[in-house]
Amino acid sequence: MTSSGAQLKILVCVKQVIDPETPLSAFKIDPGTKRVAPAAGVPPVVNGFDENAVEAALRLKDSVGAEVTVLSMSDSFAMDVMKKPLSMGADALVLAQDSQFRDLDPFASAYVLAAAIRKLDGFDLILCGRQASDWDNAQVPTGIAEMLGLPLVTVAQKLDLASGGIVVERALPDGYEVVEAPLPALVTVSNELGEPRYPTLRGIMAAGKKTPTTFSASDLEVDPARLAPRMHLLDLAVPPRDSKCEFISGENEADTGRQLALRLREAKLI
Amino acid sequence: MSGVLVFGELTDGHLSGTTAELIALGKQLGESVAVALFGGNMAGAADEAAAYGADRVHLVEDPLLVDGQKDAIIAAFDSLCREVSPDIVLIGKTPLGLDVGPRLAFRLHAGLAQDCVSLEMRDGKLVATRSVYGGNALATVGFPEQGPRIAIVRGKVYEPLAPDASQTAEIVKFEPKLDSSVIKAKTVQVVKRESQGVRLDDADVVVSGGRGLGGPDPFAQLQELASLLKGAVGASRAACDAGWLDHSYQVGLTGKTVTPNLYIAVGISGASQHMAGCSGAKNIVAINKDENANIFKEARYGVVGDWKGVLSSFIETVRELTKS
Ligand SMILES: Cc1cc2nc3c(=O)[nH]c(=O)nc-3n(C[C@H](O)[C@H](O)[C@H](O)COP(=O)(O)OP(=O)(O)OC[C@H]3O[C@@H](n4cnc5c(N)ncnc54)[C@H](O)[C@@H]3O)c2cc1C
Ligand SMILES: Nc1ncnc2c1ncn2[C@@H]1O[C@H](COP(=O)(O)O)[C@@H](O)[C@H]1O
Repeated sequence: MTSSGAQLKILVCVKQVIDPETPLSAFKIDPGTKRVAPAAGVPPVVNGFDENAVEAALRLKDSVGAEVTVLSMSDSFAMDVMKKPLSMGADALVLAQDSQFRDLDPFASAYVLAAAIRKLDGFDLILCGRQASDWDNAQVPTGIAEMLGLPLVTVAQKLDLASGGIVVERALPDGYEVVEAPLPALVTVSNELGEPRYPTLRGIMAAGKKTPTTFSASDLEVDPARLAPRMHLLDLAVPPRDSKCEFISGENEADTGRQLALRLREAKLI
Repeated sequence: MSGVLVFGELTDGHLSGTTAELIALGKQLGESVAVALFGGNMAGAADEAAAYGADRVHLVEDPLLVDGQKDAIIAAFDSLCREVSPDIVLIGKTPLGLDVGPRLAFRLHAGLAQDCVSLEMRDGKLVATRSVYGGNALATVGFPEQGPRIAIVRGKVYEPLAPDASQTAEIVKFEPKLDSSVIKAKTVQVVKRESQGVRLDDADVVVSGGRGLGGPDPFAQLQELASLLKGAVGASRAACDAGWLDHSYQVGLTGKTVTPNLYIAVGISGASQHMAGCSGAKNIVAINKDENANIFKEARYGVVGDWKGVLSSFIETVRELTKS
């Protein structure tokens, strides 16, 4: 598929995030550090859209054959979480890990990830999630594409290879558009692609035997000056929710439905 | 130039509602507000921008902009920003804006605040409040000294000004002289799903269903209710992901933002990512069998119960009340 005729090489960028399904009552911010405090006993997860990206890569692997490498960057990793893409069927895991890589902003994250991708070299297709469910930035993939000079297609719901390039269905609020780009390219994937597959027992066994490749800041020749955040975080707070719900009830469920309608009529809402 | 530059978008040949909202916001933030419009035949939209309060309109013209390729629009906007050096760039949280903002920020080495729900000047400095963690938290952020301050602004947070057709704007042509190599990814087809009846985006009443409905069939009842109230049907992502409804019905952070007068949520738990798309509704009504569901924290009226027992009599009573 590649110009050299060798097997397609896909890189998927995967971020470890605080579980977005953490119950609201357990969602706490440490006002001193202005960081979200991970809820006790709730392990981190692979960002949901990144699982969709892994799924997209594995579908290409199933259909045309591909080697799928997963790349993640952080100061620390929960290894059993990070191995999930491997147990779904990815071939290799690369971790860019350094104490300097804690809470990087999108500009710094893209810089480090682009440095790792340069070092790994030779990918035909880079897949990312459409956004990370922590800061909902949707910026890192753009930065990687800009730094590596790659075509960028965001919010993919379907990906196919065509001669020398890729054809992407990009989800729109009322439909989709078809976008074509030559390879190598960067594509961000959205949940419209469909559910990511579950790890198989065989996959989990195979993943257990794989050792990730690790890169430190100095391996990547990272300039520390470029890791400083560009925006200033002035405050991080949980928005106030003033519950003022009026509960409607009746003699039985059917009566409750009737009472609700009457109350909405009274309030001139219907 | 200093001041505010708005990334202008059109819907059906007219200035988009989002662009009008951004002009109104720009008037609060800066001394002058300019709007950039891309392509040809923009005279009508330029008049509309003036009517909504723009002081200046940049008509960005280039042969490559004619068929609306995103990569060309981004290159042209980048080149316009270098030319006019705006203090603040406002972009809507739209499918196009979400791509334009980050691309511009990386090219100009500028600060960017995504999904802003409020922007204000504090001691002469722009401060943005943005939704993060799916709406579970609000971050207040300041911008770097260098470069334009770029903000992607959530729709329907700011109201457009009342249009005044007698207002005029200075019209400035700008030709970026693009090279065809700027287009790397090319849109070859756009497939639109026609929605029937009232558009979800502008509906005054929205009846939404979630995973609690258990399957696609109950949505027929929601549609019936929506029709009685001259509204539209919406859904949670869980209902769309399950394949019960197309994703064009999805309300929320990564779906549509709706601001109806009445939002009726049936079998929806009220996750922050869902509420991000409907918390601007004036009145939320929730039917959910779990009294602890988060939706009741934001609802005005609530019924704790199984929708299967409640919904039919609710719809029948609404039918009686709305007759005549
Ligand atoms: C980055 C990101 C973006 C997201 N974007 C969106 C988005 O745009 N829109 C969106 O909606 N979600 C979004 N989500 C998903 C969101 O977090 C929730 O998972 C989703 O909204 C849950 O949908 P739900 O309320 O239908 O399902 P659930 O959370 O499963 O809730 C179902 C509810 O139905 C109730 N119920 C069950 N049976 C009955 C019955 N018989 N009668 C009455 N009530 C019943 C239950 O008590 C429950 O409260 C996003 C998530 C992430 C991480
Ligand atoms: N630290 C990271 N490691 C690996 N991939 C990342 C990282 N941060 C962001 N990404 C990728 O970029 C996408 C968008 O992230 P963001 O711009 O932070 O919303 C994610 O879905 C990932 O695919």
